[in-house]
Amino acid sequence: MQRLASWPAKVVIYILLGAMAALTAFPFYWMFVLASHDRSTIFRAPPPMWFGDAASANYHRLVGTLPFWRNAWNSLYTALMATATTLFFCSLAGFGFAMYDFKGRDALFGFLLATMMVPGLLGIIPYYLIIKWLGWLNFPRALYVPGMASAFGIFLMRQYIASAVPADLLDAGRIDGLSEFGLYRTVVVPLIKPAMGTLGIITFVGQWNNFMGALIVLKEREAYTLPLALRSLQGLISTDWGALMLGTALSVLPLLMAFVVGSRRIIEGLTAGALKG
Amino acid sequence: MKAVQGPGHKLDGPTSHGAGPAGHPAPALSTRAAADTALRTRRWGVNRSRWQRRAAPYIFVSPFFILFAIFGLYPIAFSLYLSFHNWNAVGGLGTMEWVGIENYAFLLTDPWFWKSLWNTVVLLVVSGLPQHVIAIPLAFILNSGLVRLRNLFSSSYFMPYITSTVAVSMIFATIYGTQYGALNAALSWLQQHAGLGWLFDLVGLEMPVNWLGRAPYIKPAIAMLVVWRWFGWNTVLYLAGLQTIPRELYEAAMVDGAGVYQQFRWITLPLLKPIVFFAMTLTIIGNMQLFDEPYILTNGTGGTSEAGLTVALYLYRTGFEWLYMGSAAAMSWALFLVIVGLSFANFRLIGRAGLERRGG
Repeated sequence: MQRLASWPAKVVIYILLGAMAALTAFPFYWMFVLASHDRSTIFRAPPPMWFGDAASANYHRLVGTLPFWRNAWNSLYTALMATATTLFFCSLAGFGFAMYDFKGRDALFGFLLATMMVPGLLGIIPYYLIIKWLGWLNFPRALYVPGMASAFGIFLMRQYIASAVPADLLDAGRIDGLSEFGLYRTVVVPLIKPAMGTLGIITFVGQWNNFMGALIVLKEREAYTLPLALRSLQGLISTDWGALMLGTALSVLPLLMAFVVGSRRIIEGLTAGALKG
Repeated sequence: MKAVQGPGHKLDGPTSHGAGPAGHPAPALSTRAAADTALRTRRWGVNRSRWQRRAAPYIFVSPFFILFAIFGLYPIAFSLYLSFHNWNAVGGLGTMEWVGIENYAFLLTDPWFWKSLWNTVVLLVVSGLPQHVIAIPLAFILNSGLVRLRNLFSSSYFMPYITSTVAVSMIFATIYGTQYGALNAALSWLQQHAGLGWLFDLVGLEMPVNWLGRAPYIKPAIAMLVVWRWFGWNTVLYLAGLQTIPRELYEAAMVDGAGVYQQFRWITLPLLKPIVFFAMTLTIIGNMQLFDEPYILTNGTGGTSEAGLTVALYLYRTGFEWLYMGSAAAMSWALFLVIVGLSFANFRLIGRAGLERRGG
């Protein structure tokens, strides 16, 4: 690959890259800093740049204003259910598209790809009406059921299964008397764990952060997920930035930690899916 | 992908479903009836597995189509139907009133709709383009042999993508605070201590800036947040794309005496075109539906003189706050058409050339 020989150029490049990284990280840092300050120190010029001692006071005001842990549980439950159902239905359908030759397969798959182009906003009003009609308002299933066999997930799984599962292995399994679903469960699933990991993370993060859908179908505070809870806090006590930032930090922290642990896998999985298309 | 073998392939093999294993000598005591039963069971087993194999893929892929019919196709059809009606959603479906194209006609004369469309397109440009203008050279630098900590840097740029837009918008709301925000603190430091005061006079920026309270600053504030959130995602995408460009091309260019800029201009950019097209398409589809960021930053209103009112936000308010479901449905179709138009323009500008190159 191309090389820049001179070391001043290298220094400039590293400073540039480092500055970009600092700019990216700063809002997170600032969030933790504000989460540890109360009103009197936040509204002081210049603003605090180092941690304060008001974190526990902020925490008590946070849980006093909101059913915070209940909302956190809603987020976790919704995201876990979304992940589990998406992984199951998408890998099953991906298996169907990748390893079987059946009439109409290419047309069905083409249709599935085409649905990915339709913007989500188009059906947002009927979506609300259906959820209301089903009596699912304020239920987590209103959020995870509609997307549990997502076109994107099936596409990702099909690509992976087609390249990772040998057809001969399936025939061997059939000779051993496995049913077609048995093949999926005992042969395919163990082989596609990396792709499952990627899709699982994407789904979990997407659902954990889902705001618009939640805004439309969750109406009661007890049913709120974290983004909605934080949003309601913004309306209620708009000046209590300490408690608000603590809540924000608590909602971001699990994902940040997961990302620090698995960032490489997450990034590789995401881009592999994107580029094969 | 390898297709499933022909049907004859496994019919000869023994199945564990049958009672008597095929190929074993028949037991001495076997009567005609028993043999019959065994045969039938084996046939049945074979038929069952053949039937299973034919039906299985349909069953496996059906959840998507069932769910899409309920939560995708039906809503789209219904929103089209709804867009020709007047309906306030409170009185039940019976109170829908056919109004023909009135909702669409209203949209065309609605100043707020045009304003929101204008805002959305401006935001698409000022928050969409910089993402790519930053990401492509950044990916090029990261991909060049001289950057050691490539994974560390790209991960750190990618981090905003995994955090929720609501959380991130809340953080930015504090950063944009007028008196106590970090951005104004940084700007006033630059103005007073870094000798850049003349630049502020030149631009006409009056400190402190009321980022979220004054109309001219709302769009830049939203755009900075969107760029911050997405440039890393694009960088990673382009980085993956760059890794598919063969090294030999660069080596050959270097032998011919091409410098870094020439390599970027004549190898990287042209070969990256299919991915630029892909990434821009995603940006268009995503940014045209921008909702969370303006919603949080403007406290759900769209901001002073609707400067931050995007189409998605206006759609939400029309449908779910003011309960004009028919108008909101018409708006979603208008937005869909605009997105299709922009995607098509993007295809004409970048995609076609990129696809041709890939094919040839």
